[in-house]
Amino acid sequence: MAGKRRHILDLDDFSAEEITGVFSVAEAMREVMGRPVKKTPALRGKVVATLFYEPSTRTKVSFDLAAKMLSAEVLSLQPQTTSVAKGESLIDTAHTLEALGVDILILRHASSGAPYLAAQNTSLNIINAGDGWHAHPTQALLDLYTIWRHKGSLEGLKVTIVGDIKHSRVARSNIWGLTTMGAKVTLCCPYTLLPANLGNTGSLFPEVSLKPDIYSALEGADVVMTLRLQRERQAYGDLPSIREYTNLYQINDERLKLAKKDVVLLHPGPVNEDIELASACVYGPNSLIKEQVTNGVAVRMALLYLLSQGWHK
Amino acid sequence: MTPKVIAGAEDIRRIIARISHEILERNHSSKDLAFIGMRTRGVPLAQRLASSIKQFEGLDVPLGILDFSLYRDDLAHQGPGPLVRATNIPFNIDNEIIILVDDVIFTGRSARAAIDALIDLGRPASIQLAVLVDRGHRELPIRPDYVGKNIPSSKHEDIVVHLSEVDGIDEILITSSQETMKEG
Amino acid sequence: MIGELLIKGGHIIDPSQELDQRADLLISEGRIIKLAQNLDVPGAGIIDAEGLIVSPGFIDLHSHLRTPGFEEKEDISSGTRSAAKGGFTTVLAMPNTEPPLDNLSTITLLMTLAEKEGVIRVLPVGCITRGRKGKEIVDMGELSQAGVVALSDDGSSVADASVMYQAMCYSLAFNLILIEHCEEPALAADGQVNEGIVATRLGLKGIPTEAEDIIVARDILLAQATGSRVHIAHVSTATSVNIIRKAKEKGIKVTAEATPHHLTMTEESLLGYDTLAKVKPPLRREEDRQALIQGVADGTIDVIATDHSPHTDAEKMVEFDKAPFGISGFETALPLLLGLVRDGYISLYQLIDMLTEKPARIIGKLNLGTLKTGSPAEVTLFDPEKEWLVSKNSLISKGKNTPLIGQMLKGKVMATIFGDEFAYLDESMRIEHA
Repeated sequence: MAGKRRHILDLDDFSAEEITGVFSVAEAMREVMGRPVKKTPALRGKVVATLFYEPSTRTKVSFDLAAKMLSAEVLSLQPQTTSVAKGESLIDTAHTLEALGVDILILRHASSGAPYLAAQNTSLNIINAGDGWHAHPTQALLDLYTIWRHKGSLEGLKVTIVGDIKHSRVARSNIWGLTTMGAKVTLCCPYTLLPANLGNTGSLFPEVSLKPDIYSALEGADVVMTLRLQRERQAYGDLPSIREYTNLYQINDERLKLAKKDVVLLHPGPVNEDIELASACVYGPNSLIKEQVTNGVAVRMALLYLLSQGWHK
Repeated sequence: MTPKVIAGAEDIRRIIARISHEILERNHSSKDLAFIGMRTRGVPLAQRLASSIKQFEGLDVPLGILDFSLYRDDLAHQGPGPLVRATNIPFNIDNEIIILVDDVIFTGRSARAAIDALIDLGRPASIQLAVLVDRGHRELPIRPDYVGKNIPSSKHEDIVVHLSEVDGIDEILITSSQETMKEG
Repeated sequence: MIGELLIKGGHIIDPSQELDQRADLLISEGRIIKLAQNLDVPGAGIIDAEGLIVSPGFIDLHSHLRTPGFEEKEDISSGTRSAAKGGFTTVLAMPNTEPPLDNLSTITLLMTLAEKEGVIRVLPVGCITRGRKGKEIVDMGELSQAGVVALSDDGSSVADASVMYQAMCYSLAFNLILIEHCEEPALAADGQVNEGIVATRLGLKGIPTEAEDIIVARDILLAQATGSRVHIAHVSTATSVNIIRKAKEKGIKVTAEATPHHLTMTEESLLGYDTLAKVKPPLRREEDRQALIQGVADGTIDVIATDHSPHTDAEKMVEFDKAPFGISGFETALPLLLGLVRDGYISLYQLIDMLTEKPARIIGKLNLGTLKTGSPAEVTLFDPEKEWLVSKNSLISKGKNTPLIGQMLKGKVMATIFGDEFAYLDESMRIEHA
C-alpha cells in the first residue's frame, strides 16, 4: 500500500513488510532503553497526548515512557477529571487537543471505533490504545515482536490463543497480525466466547482453526497466548462459572507439556492468577510476560517515531 | 550527466592507509583509540581503518556501529526506507578517543547528529572525525580531522561512495543529484 | 393555489386503474378531473411532462416525524416538505414520540399540527400498548375514532406474546392493522450491527437475524390464531421473507414492507464505523438483500416503506455505540428504488404499485394512491433519468443522517401535487398559461 500512514487504528491494513519494519525500529529502541541515559531527541518539540477513557496502567505507562524517552512533551488527560466529566464529547475533546497543538493522540476508549471518529474529524495522528472489543494494535505488535525476537520468524509458527476471544481486542488484533505474518493460529475457548464467523469457510479468517478442547489446541504449539478473563462474563451468561472455566481452560505446567518443548507463553496482562493462568506459569521458564512489558515500550517508541516522521507504508 | 568515477579501489586503499597513519601520528599510539562507524558506509570504513591500524601496531582497536537517525534534524525530508537501525557499541566510550567515521561530509548535519548521539552514550576523552570525502557546503561549524579526498562539488551534484562490503565495488562517483537517492 | 392544471405528455402509471401509457391529466381545484390522450383545455395552466413519469402520490406506511417531543430532529413542516420532495403525499407517523401517541389528546395535537403546518397528509399510528411499554393495550376504540389508521409500538416489539395476542384479538373490532417492529429484545440487547463477519471485524455486538425471525414467526402464528391482520415492518432477513411467503400461501392475513436501504445496502456499509448507516433492523448480508429483492419481485413483500428516521448531526457524530439508530429516508427513496428497476429486478409498474395502490389498500383508504376521476389530486411527477448530488444542503429534512451524502443518485421527483397546491415543485419546472 502506498502513501503515508497517519494513524495506527487496527492491524487490518498492515502488510508483513510494514510489521517487519516496526520490528527493526523496535530493535534500535531496545538499544536506547539499555543505555545509561535512556533518552534520544527524535520527538523533541512534538506533543503527544494520552487520552484514556478506560482505566489502564501498563499501556498508559508504556506510552508515557516511550514518548518521554523520545523527548516528546507528554500530556496525560484523565477524562474523569477533565471536561469530559462535564459531558464534553470525544470530538470536542479531540478538536481542543488539536487547537492546543497536540501532534499525536493516543486514545483508549470503551467504544469500538472511537479512534476512527477522532481520525476522521481532526488532523491529529491517532494511535489506538485499545477500543472496545475491536482492536489493540500496539499490544498485538509488541506480542508479535516478542515472538519474533524469540523465534526469529513468525512464518509457520503454531500459535494457540486461549480465552475470551469474543470480547478481546487483543485477540482480534493478534489474529490480523499473526495471519499476515504467516503464523498458523488456533483459537481455544468455549463457543460462547467465540465471535461469529471465525474459522469457517466464507468467514473473516478461514485459515484459523477452532479447537474448544484445550488438549488438542495446545498440541505442538510454538506459542501460547492467554487472554485475561473478565469476571463479568459469568454474569452475562457466557460461562456457567469461573470454576468451570478454570477447570477447562486454565494454562498450567501440566498442560503446557503438550506444547513444543520450547513453547513461549504470552499474556497481555494483568493476569488473573490461577484463573486463566496458573501462578507458577506466570514467571516460569516459558513465560515472556515480563519481556512483553519491556518490548511494549520499544514497540511504542518505534511507532511514535515512525508516525512523527511521516511513515511511508 | 553520466556518473563519473573519480577514485577507484586502489585510491581508496591508499587513503585508508594514509588516514590510519595520520590518526596514529596525531594520537601518538593506538592506546585508548576506538572507531565508531556511522551507518551505513562509515561502518566498513571504520572496520578498514581498525584493521589497518592493527597491521601497523598489532593491537585490536574497539569498533562500534552508530545509527544517529534519532538525532537527525531533517527526518521529515527523508524518503521511504528503513528509517532506523540499532546502534551497537560493545564497549564503554568514557575516556576513549573516539574516531567517528563516515563516507562523505556535506552539510555537517549528520556529524552533528552523530556527535549528539555519542554524547548521550557517555563522556569520551575526545571525538575526532574521519571522512573519505569532503565535498564542501558546510552548514554548521564542523570540520573533519581526517579527510581522504577533497572534492569541491556543486549542490546539483552528488558524491556517491560505493564500498565492496555494501555495494560489491570500491569507487567514488560524481553524479547529478536527480539520478541518485540522497545518501546519508 | 393551482386551480386548473393540465399535465401534458407524461407517461402515466396508475396501477389502481392498470394504466401504463402516455396520456394527459387534468386536475382542478384539488380533484382529478380527467385522464385522456391529447387533452386541450383553454385557460388551464400547463405543465410539460414530456419524459416524466406521472403517478399517484406515494404513500409511506412507515415514517418518524418526531412530533411531538423531538422537534430538533424533525417537525411537521420539515418532515412533510421532505416527504413531498421524495414524492410522498401520504405518510404514516409512528407513535414513538414524547409523549407517545397512545392517547386521544396527543394524537389530536399531532393531527392539528399536521393540518396547520403539513404540506401533505399525515396519518397517525397509535401505540399498541400504553407508553409503548408492552404491558397494557391502549384504548383502541378511542384512538380509532381519533383517526389512527394502524397501531404499532415501533422502535420495539411487543415482547410479551400474551399482550400481543390480546392486542390482536381486541383490534379485530376496529379493523385496525397492527404493525410490528420484529425484534426479540433479549437476543438483540445492546446489539449495534448485524451479527456476523462485520460485527466480528468491528468488534461490535451483533443483532442476529433470529431476533427478527422469531417475532415474525410468533406474530404470524398469533395472527392465524386470532384472525387479526398483522403488518411486518421493515423486513430485513432471508428467513423472515420465507416465513412470510409460507404464511401467505396458507392464507394468513399478513402483509410486509421493506425499506429502500435494506433493499440496496448491506452490512459492508458499516465498515469504517459510519454511524449514518447504523439502523434498525441492521443492514444485513448480501444473501438477505437478495432474498428481500426476491420477496419484492414475487409479491411476498407488499410495499416499500421508508422508515424515515431523522436525527441531528450532533446525535450521530459520536462513538458508534452511542449513536442512535436510523436513516433519513424520504428524499432518497425513489432513486434507490429506481436502481432496482434499472437492474431488472422489478418493473417500474410494480414499483409504483408498491408505493401507491398496495399501501392504500393495506390501510383501507381506497380513495388514495389513485388517479381515478374524482379522487383527491395527489400526483407525483418524476424524471427517472435525472441525476442529482445528495448533500446536506439538498435535503429538506432536518435529519441529514444518510450514508448517501456525497453520492450521485439517478431519479428525481420534479413535482408533488397535493390537493390544490404544489407540495413540492422542482425549481426547473414551469407552469405555462396558454
